[in-house]
Amino acid sequence: MAQTLTLKQSGQIVLDLVDTINANRAYLSEIDGAIGDGDHGINMSKGFTLCGDALRAKPVLPGLAEGLDTLAMTLLEGIGGSMGPLYGSFFMGLAESLAGHETLDAALFGEALANGVAGVETVGSAQVGDKTLMDTLVPAREAYRAALAEGADFSTALDRMIAAAEQGWQSTKGLQARIGRAARLGERSIGVLDAGATSCFLILKTLAGSVQQRLG
Amino acid sequence: MNRVINNPDLVVEDMLRGLLAAHAELAAGTDNPRVIKRACAPVAGKVGIVTGGGSGHEPAFLGYVGENLVDAVAVGEIFSSPTAKSFFDAMKAADGGQGVACLYGNYAGDNMNVKMAIKMAERAGLTVKTVVANDDVPSAPKGDEAKRRGVAGEILMWKTAGACAAQGGSLDEVIAVAQKTISRTRSIGIGLTSCTIPAVGKANFHIADGQMEVGIGHHGEPGINVSAIVSADEMARIMVDTLLPDLPFNSGDRVAVLISGLGATPLMEQYILYASVAQYLGNAGLTVAVPLVGNFFTSLEMMGVTLSVLQLDAELEGYMKAPCASIGLTQN
Repeated sequence: MAQTLTLKQSGQIVLDLVDTINANRAYLSEIDGAIGDGDHGINMSKGFTLCGDALRAKPVLPGLAEGLDTLAMTLLEGIGGSMGPLYGSFFMGLAESLAGHETLDAALFGEALANGVAGVETVGSAQVGDKTLMDTLVPAREAYRAALAEGADFSTALDRMIAAAEQGWQSTKGLQARIGRAARLGERSIGVLDAGATSCFLILKTLAGSVQQRLG
Repeated sequence: MNRVINNPDLVVEDMLRGLLAAHAELAAGTDNPRVIKRACAPVAGKVGIVTGGGSGHEPAFLGYVGENLVDAVAVGEIFSSPTAKSFFDAMKAADGGQGVACLYGNYAGDNMNVKMAIKMAERAGLTVKTVVANDDVPSAPKGDEAKRRGVAGEILMWKTAGACAAQGGSLDEVIAVAQKTISRTRSIGIGLTSCTIPAVGKANFHIADGQMEVGIGHHGEPGINVSAIVSADEMARIMVDTLLPDLPFNSGDRVAVLISGLGATPLMEQYILYASVAQYLGNAGLTVAVPLVGNFFTSLEMMGVTLSVLQLDAELEGYMKAPCASIGLTQN
C-alpha cells in the first residue's frame, strides 16, 4: 500500500466532508436541540454547502490545500456563532500546513492536524472535559502523534486517530457542559452528546477514510 | 407560535429590509448584507465606533447606528454571533482614518469572531482596539468580572464613547471612555417567560407560570435564583440590592439608570419598576442624573426587565447628556 497521496488530485476529500455534514444535518440539529439551540446541523450544513458550491463552480476542482482553505474562508464568512471561527481556524490550520507541498505523507498529516488543533486553541478557550469539540480533537491529535512515534504507518495511525476521536466524542455524553450555551443547563447537560464534538468526529472520520481510500 | 413573519429562516433578512426602508436618514446597507452603517459613515477624521451581536435583541445592536453613536454594526443570526467577515466589514465601513473602536459584549462567539476580524483588519492596515462589556453581575461572582456577560450596559458604553468620538476624541481616548463606562456599570435581569427562535419553533428554555428567574441572561442563560414572582417593588429592591454593593456605588454618587424591557413586558410595568428603583437608589443617597426607561435591549418576546446603573463622573455625565440620534436612542 502506498503511504502518500498527491495533494493536487485530492480535492474531492473536501467535497466528501461537505457530503458528510449535509447527510448529518438533521442528526446534528437533533443532538444540539437536546441541550442547545438546535441549529448546529443547519449552520454547519449552510457553511459546508456554500463551500461545496464554490468548489464545484470552478473549472477544475482545486487540490486539497486550496480546497481546505476555501472551506476555512467560507466558514469564517458564511457562519458566525462559535462554529464559524472554530472550524474556520481548524481548516485554515490544516490548509496552511499543506500549502506548498506536493504529496501528503504520514508526517505532514500529523503536522497539519497539530496546526489545525492549535488554530482552534488560539481562537477558543475550551479545554478537554468542557464538553466541546476539543474532547474529540485533542485525543485524536494525541493518538495520531503516539501512533507515528511507535512506528505505525499512515493508514494505521489514522485508524488509531479515529478510535481515539470516537472515544473522546462518546465521553462528552457523561460530561457536564462548562462552556458555551449548554453550560446554562448545568447538571442537566449530562447524558447527551455534545453537538460540536459529534460534528468534529464525523469530520475526522470522513477525512481519515477519504485519505485512506486514496492511499490505495 | 403566533408571529408576524414570512419565512422563519429569513427573519433577519426580512427585518433588515424593513429597517433600511423605514430609516434611510439614519442607517444604510453596505456590500455585506449583514453590515449596517450610519448613513454618512465613514466620517473622515473621526474614530469609528463598531459593535455587533446576534439578532433578536432589537433595537440592539443595529438600532444604535446613528449620529454621535455607532458608525457600523455587524448583524448575526438570532442569538448567534455575526461572522468574523461581518465584523471586519463593519470595521472597514466605520474607519474614517483615525482607527476603530470595536465595543461589544462578552460572549464566546463574539470574542472569537472579533479576534479573527482584527486579524483581517491588521492585514488590511486598519487600527482596531476593543472594549468588551461585562456589566452583568449575576453571570459571575465578584473578583471574576472578566467572565461576566455584556448586557444592556453596552448601550451606555456606545453612548459615551460615541459622544467622545464625535467631539474629536482620539482612538485611545474613546477606548478609555468606553472602558471607564463599562467598568462603572452594573446590570441585572429578571426573566418571567421564555422566548422562541422562529426557525426553531419551540421555547428556548422554560420558566414555570408564576415563577421568575433572577439574573437571567439575554439568551436565557441561567440566573442565580428561581422563585415565585414578587411585586415590582420587591423586584426593584432585589435588583438594587444586588447592584449597589458590587461596584460599590456610594452615597453621593450621580448615576445613569437604564431600565429595559426584555421584549414582552409593557412599558407600563417598566415605569412601575422605575418608580421603585428611583426610590431605592434615592434611599441609598444616589442621584439619578440620566434616567432611561424603555425597550432598549430585548430578547425576542421574553417577559422581564433589566436594570443597569452607571456611576457617573463629570466627563461621563457630559457624554451621557450629549445629543444623539438613532432608532434606539435619540436625545437633544
